[in-house]
Amino acid sequence: MTSGGLPVPGRTARPPDTHRQESTNLADILERVLDKGIVIAGDIRVNVLDIELLTIKIRLLVASVDKAREMGIDWWEHDTSLSSGNGSGDGASPASLAEENRRLRERIEALEAGTVAELEEGDADEVDEGEDEPVEEEPVRRTAARRPQGRRR
Amino acid sequence: MTTVDELVWLYAIRLGGLDAPAGPGVDGEPPRLVIEGDLVAVVGTVVARRFDEAALAASMEDLGRLEGLARAHHAVVVEAGRERPTAPVSLATLYRDDAAVRRLLADRSADLLRVLRRVAGHREWGVKVYVGPEVAQEAAALPAPDAGRPGTSYLLRRRETRDRDGRRREHARESAESLHAALVERSAAAHRFTLQDARLSGRAEEMVLNAGYLVADEREEAFRAAVAESAPEGIRVELTGPWPAFSFTDWEQP
Repeated sequence: MTSGGLPVPGRTARPPDTHRQESTNLADILERVLDKGIVIAGDIRVNVLDIELLTIKIRLLVASVDKAREMGIDWWEHDTSLSSGNGSGDGASPASLAEENRRLRERIEALEAGTVAELEEGDADEVDEGEDEPVEEEPVRRTAARRPQGRRR
Repeated sequence: MTTVDELVWLYAIRLGGLDAPAGPGVDGEPPRLVIEGDLVAVVGTVVARRFDEAALAASMEDLGRLEGLARAHHAVVVEAGRERPTAPVSLATLYRDDAAVRRLLADRSADLLRVLRRVAGHREWGVKVYVGPEVAQEAAALPAPDAGRPGTSYLLRRRETRDRDGRRREHARESAESLHAALVERSAAAHRFTLQDARLSGRAEEMVLNAGYLVADEREEAFRAAVAESAPEGIRVELTGPWPAFSFTDWEQP
């Protein structure tokens, strides 16, 4: 198993291809199998790039489903159009997409708010407390988490 | 080989090799081969109602099923490419029957052979670089809290922390770029992926480099040594692979 570890220099033999499936980061696999490899027009047309929701999800996704659950990103389980238990295959009606988008937006906002709430509270406090010395005003740092991670519609 | 209820999933195209790779494939099926001259397509027979356009679109929208498809596809490509020059095929490339695959091999043989020649004797390695953890002396250098002026003291400490984070990120980016340059020198080609968001990478640290490198077998040692030696303070380097040469099979590349 080499994935995720630092290399072992000095080996002369070509190390074997030993991707243990479970241990390879899902994001690393997806960015290769979805975006890369030989792109040929098959007989069945599935344009992955057209699936906008998919890209939004992949941006939000974490290394594995379990990890996602740990982090509270589990909205697909509550989404009837997505959960495999109820997967009728035609969950892409405009109403369900709108509903999913709404949930996604709420989820993104909740995540962003959670991440930056502490920082912003701190910044707000500074304004009141910095009175005994002139202190340059600094813009609130925009953290990565404040940027929208997915395209919003 | 297939009926109207079945479709052919294409995993990879390789140069020769008459043993089918181990499975299971994306539909639990054993992978098999479609051969046309020197070109060997690694395929699987899948059930049409699970892999037609509507079913596949639904699968792609379901994270669990997408993960299953991606991992199974990737695993077969890895198996297929153990001994022979192999070009992975992008996920969800499906044909009605073997004849269509054979036509593809015949019609595009020049392009396919060119791609396979490029990746022959090479493997793809992935390198991800993250902003490293704070080092101890940095934390110790923070201004001490001043009980007499708690507000100012707090603010100064916060500003120092913020400036330091910025410097650390800048330093990490520079280190990552010089590592990338060193790795480009030791590889036949390089491809930069989009930087992964922390929620996607599964790491708390910010990612500053996400790249794939096509490395000749005889240069692997030098490549891996460069990665190993490159981890100075301030960045965290992660090597992944070897991968099938997913990132270096574009038709358009010379």
